[in-house]
Amino acid sequence: MGSKDTFIKPLLKENPVTLHVLGICSALAITNSLTSSLIMSVSLTAVLVLTNVAISLIRKHLPSSVRLIVQITIIASAVAIIDQVLTAYLPDAAKTLSVYIALIVTNCIVLGRAEACAMKHGVGTSILDALGNGLGYSIILIIVAVIRELFGNGSLMGHRILELVHEGGWYEPNAMLLLPPSAFFIIGFLVWGIRCWKPEQNEKADFRPAPLPDSEKR
Amino acid sequence: MSHFIDMFFRAVFLENLALAYFLGMCTFLAVSKKVKTTIGLGVAVIVVEAISVPLNNVIYNFVLRDGALAWANLGHLDFSYLGLLTQIAVIAAMIQILEMVLNRFFPALYNTLGIFLPLLTVNCAILGASLFMVQRDLSFMDSVAYGLGAGVGWALAIVMLAGLREKMKYSDIPAGLEGLGIAFITTGLISLAFMGIAGLSF
Repeated sequence: MGSKDTFIKPLLKENPVTLHVLGICSALAITNSLTSSLIMSVSLTAVLVLTNVAISLIRKHLPSSVRLIVQITIIASAVAIIDQVLTAYLPDAAKTLSVYIALIVTNCIVLGRAEACAMKHGVGTSILDALGNGLGYSIILIIVAVIRELFGNGSLMGHRILELVHEGGWYEPNAMLLLPPSAFFIIGFLVWGIRCWKPEQNEKADFRPAPLPDSEKR
Repeated sequence: MSHFIDMFFRAVFLENLALAYFLGMCTFLAVSKKVKTTIGLGVAVIVVEAISVPLNNVIYNFVLRDGALAWANLGHLDFSYLGLLTQIAVIAAMIQILEMVLNRFFPALYNTLGIFLPLLTVNCAILGASLFMVQRDLSFMDSVAYGLGAGVGWALAIVMLAGLREKMKYSDIPAGLEGLGIAFITTGLISLAFMGIAGLSF
């Protein structure tokens, strides 16, 4: 696999969120505003790069029996650093994101990439892989956040885009888009869209209804 | 007493970890194909939550928080920045011990829960409950009620989704929507129903 592929593939073809169902928790939880989604994307990508580099560097000295514990400790340290940086420089954003920054520790994308890529490849490939997956995750987050904030609140990153009715404009905001269930619907439809475009991602059904016996002929 | 019952029911319905806070989603969507499996997983989550949240509460209040070490004349120390590392370590260690205890004394239970226990180390629902406990500054008794409620709520949600998915297997879903897509939309609908409960006041 060329280094370009390592970077491009996770963006759409093997997107961590829509194909592998990894890292969904935060993708759903903080997408009601674009600002927090952007901060979350940057934090996750940073954690991903930091841990992938660290693990790739020590991969040859890591006994496989304790590797999970070591990986989790490395991830937790990287997340603790990001958490402290955010609390220091962006205290408001850190407050809105609350526990979700800390929950990057259990974000399966990070552990998944550490296990699948950093344990087997050199530093260069690991960085590209981390950036690719971080971006793939960010793309989904940003799409969902744009839909939710624009149509739920009429704004993007806090700037008014659509004039709201109760402020004398024309747009009646759909408040449901700001509530948790809408995130499920949007990602559900996003998965549908991507799979219509790239049918090879479809899951095999366990069961198919039998075709009706000669219904057309009659 | 009614305070704890209130706390419990809030954690089960209003603040459902899976449906309102989206925690533990990876497992939630990946393992929810059969009701029988999800019941095993659900029980494992309840057990782990009910132990790990109070345990982390004790550790946070007596070792980590600002001035918590006053009992050892070390009141000037503040270890709260180590919170995250400690919690994940406590959870991982606790699950390991629980696994060994179950294996030794309750082999039947071990056989049902065994495969899920290691998985739960990296389940955000488990870590999330501990983090919420710290953020909301719960007392010890509160944390017991909250941990139990959080576990029950998560288990309830995953069993419901599995029940629906078992039935949905027999319906003719558009090709791209099958599996993951429809699971998301179903979860959204369940979540909508749980939001309705928020309208009732206890």
